Amino acid sequence: MASIPNPYLPQIGTVVKVIQETSNIKSLQVVLNDQERMNSFRFEPGQVAQLSVFGVGEATFVINSPPTRTEHLQFSVMRAGEVTARIHQLKEGDPIGVRGPLGNWFPYEEMKGKDILFIGGGIGMAPLRTLLLFMLDNRSDYGKITLLYGARTPDDLCYKEELQQWGQRDDMELILTVDREFPGWEKKVGLVPNVLRELAPSPKDKVAITCGPPIMIRFTLQALAELGFGDEQVVTTLERRMKCGVGLCGRCNIGTKYVCADGPVFTLAQLKELPPEL
Amino acid sequence: MVTPEVRFLAAEKIPTLLKRLGERYRVFAPVKVSETTVLFQEYREGVQIVLDRQTTAPAKEIIFPQTERLLSYTYRKDPEDPQKIELQVEEAPQSAPRTIIFGARPCDARGFRVFDSVFTAGPYEDPYYSSRRQQTTIVTIFCTQPQNTCFCTSVGTGPTDTEGSDLVLTPITEGYLAEAITEKGKELLQDEAFVSAQERVEEAQRAKEGIKLESELDLEGIPQRLMELFSTDFWERVSAKCISCGACTYLCPTCYCFNITDEAAGLEGERVRTWDSCMFYQYTLEASGHNPRPTKAERYRNRVGHKFSYHPINYEGMIGCCGCGRCIKSCPVSLDIRQVLREAKAYG
Ligand code: SF4
Ligand code: SF4
Ligand code: FES
Repeated sequence: MASIPNPYLPQIGTVVKVIQETSNIKSLQVVLNDQERMNSFRFEPGQVAQLSVFGVGEATFVINSPPTRTEHLQFSVMRAGEVTARIHQLKEGDPIGVRGPLGNWFPYEEMKGKDILFIGGGIGMAPLRTLLLFMLDNRSDYGKITLLYGARTPDDLCYKEELQQWGQRDDMELILTVDREFPGWEKKVGLVPNVLRELAPSPKDKVAITCGPPIMIRFTLQALAELGFGDEQVVTTLERRMKCGVGLCGRCNIGTKYVCADGPVFTLAQLKELPPEL
Repeated sequence: MVTPEVRFLAAEKIPTLLKRLGERYRVFAPVKVSETTVLFQEYREGVQIVLDRQTTAPAKEIIFPQTERLLSYTYRKDPEDPQKIELQVEEAPQSAPRTIIFGARPCDARGFRVFDSVFTAGPYEDPYYSSRRQQTTIVTIFCTQPQNTCFCTSVGTGPTDTEGSDLVLTPITEGYLAEAITEKGKELLQDEAFVSAQERVEEAQRAKEGIKLESELDLEGIPQRLMELFSTDFWERVSAKCISCGACTYLCPTCYCFNITDEAAGLEGERVRTWDSCMFYQYTLEASGHNPRPTKAERYRNRVGHKFSYHPINYEGMIGCCGCGRCIKSCPVSLDIRQVLREAKAYG
């Protein structure tokens, strides 16, 4: 019998670095133990992987290092349940299971030549980081790049070192905001959708990519619509409880679509085709 | 000499046939386990085989077990460097023994065809299911006496449907006319229990023609109709009685949703898959506490929607229900999926 690739079998990797991003978010940099597999690991920006801590289980995370930087795979993990709590206990040198890449990706080909507006909230910066770095690594393919990123408090912003660097680049614009005033905070204060309204970007030749907590997404989509962004110009990612990650276990469907296999990336136009079950 | 594809099987020969087949295959047959319950069990001499009624539970778990190991893992401390932990992961074997399901019904076979569309058609294939499926020969009995809960003809199969079966049996005087549908079925006909059919072919033909089960549901346009009803109060109304027990999904030949969990014992353990049910609150509950299907109305909508709308839309019109009626018979509050579909057509 011809052997079928086993979609449930993770690769074994090693955590090479752990970064404490915020009080409840850590980033893990992982390399696969099999050097050949690591070298041939191909993925697209926005694709996810299932991380395994054996004995506890798996959870889904976006690969937030871009395919243009292949020394490791990075995942950012917010502590929320049993699996993520265990992942937070991992330290450098510990083994971890990696199953992926899975799912679809950002339609970056169709974004070529356009201005790009990233709108992120909290841990939602993770998928945006992938695409942003990918675009910065292919800078000439894209027009103006703007990142609006917000969190509850200054401490809740991820990738602080990179935010510094991005803020200094002259080929992109960075706008940071937190929900309310904090001593020493000199950037914007206010909820992401409100800051977006204030910035009032023109939708002309622009794509908006937004990821973040559901409530932020809801109001951001509203704001974008008010600003005149068409449904095709808005891209977001969905989250759903997942198990198999490959469209077999039935868990993550919204109507006819499986978030794990048909998503996680959807344009607003595609989202509107789905029945309302978010 | 080519083995004829049509043979006669005397009812009295069945025990010896199953015994002989048992030397080369795992053989499952419907066994009477109590006055009211008939279940597929591995055949042993002396059990009472029941071939004239639908089994209480479908044949599904023979190919898709209620729980199975996918992987096993071991963590090992490096004796040289106790800080270092090594991990080994092994796949559970995907080599299934040759298996016969004797006495399935056309609805059982149709159930596996629904599974096939998901598990074997790609892009990702389930190797555990696939290997068992490939190794299984399905011997199906045509239903001369459909029950009043049977509505297979309404969903694109029927009491004499051969699709998905390898060998089909038509009940006639003193036994069955056996017809091979596939090579696997032909292989079984080589057993000496199958004898020349001769004049019985005609009787079987008449018997088949005599099997009548009118289609009772008009499902034309139902996939779109259910989508239209998505945001209405229809689902709340029809699911009001449901107590979310999940019986309907566990006994359903086409329900395949599963969970994956780890079972640890010290430094080693297993990753197992178990049947799950979209009728349970926990099914879609996210770590954040958010639940996209918080009430039974959304969950019931998903069960009916998956079978009669999403599956046919995704898989060339194939309805994800085989019409076996088990969910109707087993529901403690008598929810009848046929009635729900009729009401859906008429609603609003
Ligand atoms: S939904 Fe009910 S009638 Fe249809 S296959 Fe499942 S148990 Fe049988
Ligand atoms: S068997 Fe009946 S009560 Fe139980 S979950 Fe199914 S519909 Fe609800
Ligand atoms: S997670 Fe299994 S189908 Fe999507």
